[in-house]
Amino acid sequence: MSPDTIARWQFGITTVYHFLFVPLTIALSVLTAVLQTLWNKTGNDAYLRLTKFFGKLFLINFAMGVVTGIVQEFQFGMNWSEYSRFVGDIFGAPLALEALIAFFLESTFLGLWIFGWDRLSKGVHLVTIWLASIGTVISSIFIIAANAWMQNPVGATYNNGRAELTDFGAVLTNPVFLWQWPHTITASFVTAGAFMAAVAAYGLIKTKAKGGPSADLVAYRKGVKLGAWVLIVAGVFTVLTGDPLGKTMVQTQPSKMAAAEAQTTTSDNAPFALVDFNGEAEGGRIELFPGFLNWLYGTDEVQGIENLRDQYATDGYLLNDGTQLPLQAEFADALKEVTDNNGDEIDPIPNVMITFWSFRLMIGIGCLAILGGVLLLVLTRGDRVPKPNKLITAGLIALPILPLVANSFGWIFTEMGRQPWIVNGVLPTLQGLSPSVGVGSVWFSLIVFTLLYGALAVIEVRLMLKYIRIGLPDVTPVTTQDEDAPLSFAY
Amino acid sequence: MTFQHVLPLLDVPLHSPTVLQVLWLILIAVLWIGFFFLEGFDFGVGMLLPFLGKNDKERRLIVNTIGPHWDGNEVWLLTAGGAMFAAFPGWYATLFSGLYLPLFLVLVGLILRGVAFEYRGKNDDLAWRKRWDWAAAIGSFLPTLVLGVGFANFLIGLKVAPHELAFGDTTVPLFAGTFWGLFSPFALLGGLLFVALFATHGAFFIALKTHGVIHERAEAWGSKIVLAALVLLLAVVIWGNLHKELPGQLDALRVVAWITGVVAIAGLACAWFMNKKGRDGWAFIGTAISIVMLIVMYFAHFYPGLGFDNSLALDTPLDLTTASSSPKTLQIMTICACCLVPVVLAYQVWSYWIYRKRLSTANIPDDAASAQEERQGVSA
Repeated sequence: MSPDTIARWQFGITTVYHFLFVPLTIALSVLTAVLQTLWNKTGNDAYLRLTKFFGKLFLINFAMGVVTGIVQEFQFGMNWSEYSRFVGDIFGAPLALEALIAFFLESTFLGLWIFGWDRLSKGVHLVTIWLASIGTVISSIFIIAANAWMQNPVGATYNNGRAELTDFGAVLTNPVFLWQWPHTITASFVTAGAFMAAVAAYGLIKTKAKGGPSADLVAYRKGVKLGAWVLIVAGVFTVLTGDPLGKTMVQTQPSKMAAAEAQTTTSDNAPFALVDFNGEAEGGRIELFPGFLNWLYGTDEVQGIENLRDQYATDGYLLNDGTQLPLQAEFADALKEVTDNNGDEIDPIPNVMITFWSFRLMIGIGCLAILGGVLLLVLTRGDRVPKPNKLITAGLIALPILPLVANSFGWIFTEMGRQPWIVNGVLPTLQGLSPSVGVGSVWFSLIVFTLLYGALAVIEVRLMLKYIRIGLPDVTPVTTQDEDAPLSFAY
Repeated sequence: MTFQHVLPLLDVPLHSPTVLQVLWLILIAVLWIGFFFLEGFDFGVGMLLPFLGKNDKERRLIVNTIGPHWDGNEVWLLTAGGAMFAAFPGWYATLFSGLYLPLFLVLVGLILRGVAFEYRGKNDDLAWRKRWDWAAAIGSFLPTLVLGVGFANFLIGLKVAPHELAFGDTTVPLFAGTFWGLFSPFALLGGLLFVALFATHGAFFIALKTHGVIHERAEAWGSKIVLAALVLLLAVVIWGNLHKELPGQLDALRVVAWITGVVAIAGLACAWFMNKKGRDGWAFIGTAISIVMLIVMYFAHFYPGLGFDNSLALDTPLDLTTASSSPKTLQIMTICACCLVPVVLAYQVWSYWIYRKRLSTANIPDDAASAQEERQGVSA
């Protein structure tokens, strides 16, 4: 494998892995804060037990998100030094601000929350979990703003051999960012909602079957209801934000969307392809509703792969309306040098099959999760509790996994669909690679990261399952003897 | 306005950095200082964990001294890295790619220790906890050693050479050394110094935060390690400051490096003395001063070359003017930093204030792991 392929595999593996934990961290911290708020308001112990129960699961997940996140910040410089040098003037600021604003907030206040149960007043303790969850949400704003800039590099000019910032406001109001962020954050709530609903439903069904205490049933049912409703409502908003995000990408990344639909020729009557096994080749394709894509995109013409390729050969990278961003226009001459010096042409179209299928799997699996939430609400309506059977067990195992898979395909679609560019329409991915890092080094780190991440995943899932089986904790007030005792030994 | 206008005393030989470029070098120094001062003791606590704690309850106590803080401390590193990326992309790009394997080791260490702290208490099984305690120790030792070797190398100057890109008419400076070339005798000394200094800092922190048997043991261990740290510090300060001048370095800053180096030694000597007197707070302040001053000394050598040796790239040097972001980005970042850093400092200090009390094993409830250990003790 070539050095850039190995580096891309490493980035892909570490990023997808990191993002298994991130959405749960973001949304479950908020839901935990909501539960604790409900406890503060009502004094109902059911909410306190749910807070502690999901708080513990949240922390098991949070640790993994934190440690795999450090890798992300270092990896840009380690594997993609020339990308970092090229974009640092714009891309570095959100990363620095993410650490300064978000990471300090979440880590400090989460530390206060974990250890503060008996040390802080009830109100202050509630504030700490809210500040920690606000920190996680803020971090998503900055990193998505940075990613959206890679998809659509606005507010920049080509100067001093690199991209330089001209308009910070444009970076923060990047249309891709304005839709990608709500799409990502609502998908995070889908993830946490599905997790909470499935875990609580497991507890509910198990408690009922064993004839457990009714207080447990009441608390679990609240968890199922909250989780399932969050899943459904957030799911609807994920769909609603996905549509304008798609429309935006049609304008900013026409070749990504042409590949996402495996649309080979420009058409004023483009159908929706349900499946496609042949990519750019003929056949192997089921088409529905001619003209559907034109309607969905809101455009008279849906651009096709072949036409985009011809267009790139004559005019360079163009947005859907035929214009270019300043950075794309200004870098065009330098980009020609890249192709001349390397002697190979750039194919402006990403891998069609990966883009096509990741796009569909994201949508399909995400929708399946929403249906799962609806089904769970139906099964547990009123005071009904389904009898345990294999089908329900399988469903409860699948429900929290579905959004994770959908999220992963979403990122694979976003990032693979951006190829061959590391900065869309500007810098080819290959040019971003670190020239001074040997293939052996990257192989070594790729293998060790993969093994380490695999081992940690097994440990993490086992711990999660252990605490899910243990179930809701009992809450008995702590009696304190001396000055130091109140500090709970959380570790 | 250039730096020369502000400080006419300094004769700037290469390019003239702007005020903001100098300010961001100082700010990045502050972030690294904050990181080593705070994470320094929790690296130390991690390294000492399997040695200071003779049974599970004791080790649990030791982990809980840094429990609420270690994650927040680590963010100083992320912020320092992010600030280097944002303010000096050239520095970040050349450094992080040049030191690929060392930074990989730092990452593996940070992953291990982070998970270890969070997961050790999640099972009441003695073997499980012992494994995580070692993971925490190794995960604390590895980044400490590597960063120590790294900073010593920056003082010597990482060799960079120009490299042509496939586009543009300029070259980029890339690391021109090898992985094994990083382990010069001086660099190894620098690595060992970080290990000894942070272990001392950690021991004095544990002494300050506990009472009972762990308190005494931490004081005793600290009183021994501090001597090793003192010898290593003396060697690094003298050897480092006698090192040949890198292109563009300022005499005035070399004087600063000597002074801060001596203050670092004095701080550590004071820590040793105060530890003997049983004054835990002052001993901790001593190691803190020593760490802060050592990092200032290092950074005094990083002007203007940012820890790079440009002798192979004199026409296209990598320094704080060529590595820097545009004035516009630096302005935006400066405004954000001025507004936010005080807020961050305020709530971090508050979190330490909340958990200022000393801990003792007497407060730790029994659990299955401690019971398991007692049974084993009885049977043995």
